[in-house]
Amino acid sequence: MKIVNNIKVKFLGIIAAILVLVSCERDISDEAVFATFSNNPDIYTDNPVGLTDEFFVSFDPALGANTEAFGTDNNVAYEGTSSIRIDVPAPDDPNGSFVGGIFLDRGAGRNLTGYDALTFWARGSTTATVGLVGFGTDFEENKFAVAGPSIRLSTDWKKYIIPIPDPSKLIQERGMFVFSAGGLDVIDNIPNGNEIGFTFWMDEIRFENLGTVAQLRPAIFSGQDLAQQTFIGSTRVIGGLRATFNGPTGENITVGPAPSYFNFSSSNPSVAFVNELGEIQVIGEGTTTITAQLDDVLAEGSLELTSGGELPLSPTPTQAAEDVRSIYSDSYTSVTNSDFNPGFGGSTTQTTEASLNGNNVQIYANNNFTGILFDNTVDGSEMTHLHVDVYTQSPGTSVEIQIRDVGANGELETNVFNGFPDGDDKDFRFTADGLQVGQWTSFEIPLGGDIATQKNNLGALILVGGPDFILDNIYFYKE
Amino acid sequence: MNNFNNKIRVKELLFPCLLLITLFFATGCETDETQTVATFNNLVAEDNFDVDGQIDTSFWNFDIGDGTDQGIPGWGNNELQYYTDRSENVTVENGFLLITAREEAFNGAQYTSARLQTKGKIQQQYGRFEARIRLPYGKGMFPAFWLLGDDSDGAIWPQIGEIDIMENTGDKPTEIFGTIHGPGYSGGESISKEFTLENSRVDTEFHVYGIEWGPNYINYYFDDKLYNQITPEDIEEETDGEGEWVFNDRPFYIIINLAVGGNLPGAPNAETVFPQTMIVDYVRVYQ
Repeated sequence: MKIVNNIKVKFLGIIAAILVLVSCERDISDEAVFATFSNNPDIYTDNPVGLTDEFFVSFDPALGANTEAFGTDNNVAYEGTSSIRIDVPAPDDPNGSFVGGIFLDRGAGRNLTGYDALTFWARGSTTATVGLVGFGTDFEENKFAVAGPSIRLSTDWKKYIIPIPDPSKLIQERGMFVFSAGGLDVIDNIPNGNEIGFTFWMDEIRFENLGTVAQLRPAIFSGQDLAQQTFIGSTRVIGGLRATFNGPTGENITVGPAPSYFNFSSSNPSVAFVNELGEIQVIGEGTTTITAQLDDVLAEGSLELTSGGELPLSPTPTQAAEDVRSIYSDSYTSVTNSDFNPGFGGSTTQTTEASLNGNNVQIYANNNFTGILFDNTVDGSEMTHLHVDVYTQSPGTSVEIQIRDVGANGELETNVFNGFPDGDDKDFRFTADGLQVGQWTSFEIPLGGDIATQKNNLGALILVGGPDFILDNIYFYKE
Repeated sequence: MNNFNNKIRVKELLFPCLLLITLFFATGCETDETQTVATFNNLVAEDNFDVDGQIDTSFWNFDIGDGTDQGIPGWGNNELQYYTDRSENVTVENGFLLITAREEAFNGAQYTSARLQTKGKIQQQYGRFEARIRLPYGKGMFPAFWLLGDDSDGAIWPQIGEIDIMENTGDKPTEIFGTIHGPGYSGGESISKEFTLENSRVDTEFHVYGIEWGPNYINYYFDDKLYNQITPEDIEEETDGEGEWVFNDRPFYIIINLAVGGNLPGAPNAETVFPQTMIVDYVRVYQ
């Protein structure tokens, strides 16, 4: 059915194109009728409406999704005789630690262009939070997925509204509903196994044309205006996608739309372009600004990319792998994962990883101080040096690298007044300067100073100053 | 608007039944028999805001300031705006009057906006007063289209009477209310009724807000819907005979303004988007 309809659309599209060519008319002929799909708004009333026989398609049980937690309840309903009942499991439930999944249209998809929101009624056995409710997830492309705000349940029935970011996109949508919920944490709000199960019910799930959801304010990059140095071959995915609406009772409702709802643009497509998935590809030298629109409304937030053209390949390391404890290099296997965006308070640094012709590098912009925090400490007792390759385009660039051993307690401890190591931490500080503009410079930094005798719990590299540089091939080695 | 405060919320809770009963009577029996049904269709004054960049000063006066000069700091309602006649706050563009509330430090206030009135210029007793308006939105927005009685004889509010044709708070984009104030029923004790929009909002579409006012009645309209009638009998019922009907006494003039904050709407919050503009298509007066 789906395939047939797809062919029909394309075929008619070709007819229309021919008519245009032959008659020079700009309008599509009256005889060309596009295939249309059901516009049935209902998803669940007292029964599933027009959904697949499975009704509920769970997230992957291998990832902990509990397929036993989903059901219907003929004793509880907001309207009519039945509702959907979700028994959210506790984390130690042998059937799975959370519940979630999707409802799929049983046909080729529905035309939702006449609606402005998904609505449903819900109540909980307690005032727990349901982490995800939304629609557009079909476990295929998820092209028009929308994640609504997490909802706080009430113990009485309450109506929830999830605005459709741009209904005109939804001419054939199969993903009718998605939800996911984990246990309620009344102790510490940290997912650490002390959550408890609860029950919630949902009823009267449908798309509606409310007419009272308005004042769209979209955003990309969480509304920030960013700037980044980049190079040909670099890619970056536009994140921080939001669409904020004002609801019928005056409350703002913010949803997370999939990239395909947005129209992205690049002010200079010869420098970079963006595809419909929000993936930026840098293809030339120069400056361009990436912006977006959602339903013809300009999104808050942008990215100014300054491309230096081709980034020369960083030098290929020559140490034998067995002599290396690598942190970040395409030439060696890393001994630990690391956090390149620790988000230190007061840090102005923007760090992005770029893949340039298959070689990954870390690009630092506007650095005052940041760090590379190792997920696991590295035993450097056998090691003699830290190797790092540094590239810059700006004359006078100088980066201080502080090699930090975090001691036996494994914690990064820093004196907040003077920035020096505290507790059982030790460090060694080295300034990488004398950099040649437009070239990679390799530094071999001896593990000296205070860490000459304490380097079995290497935990971080603190980076100070710059402010704009690129790092690659960061590894400890023994000479 | 004057001395308006949040007691209106309480009143709504206490008196909806009375209002419903009143309306029932008005449309159902006694009041209807004595009601003068008038359709005012003789247009006597209008501003369609047809000249870009100019406010017609043969029609409008500007109220300037924070109310201190008028003896009512915060305009009687602890409002936060400073009214100006600058084009940033009031102008005509593309056939619409734009009243814009801005977040800016100005003469000691945090916000600026504008308030226009027709005192001494367009005044009339009885008739139809209507305006077609698209309202702003967001917590703290407090737009109004209203009438005050001419006080040139020295009478003071609430004796002069006040007819609030339309008020709205920006945190309720689907509700407007119409209110009268007079001796015995002013401020928090005023007589008011809400109208709730179905499948529509005040900030996305233009709507016509109007009254038809004649001897002993004021009818409230939202677009073509009559949603309330207030008569001297309502005053008597709601005030236990204490209130006085002052709407057969004198001509009234028009006020259009966009207030920010104050007792009724509450202050703007982090989610309030500035600037916000109240867009007026026309103001018309019929006899």
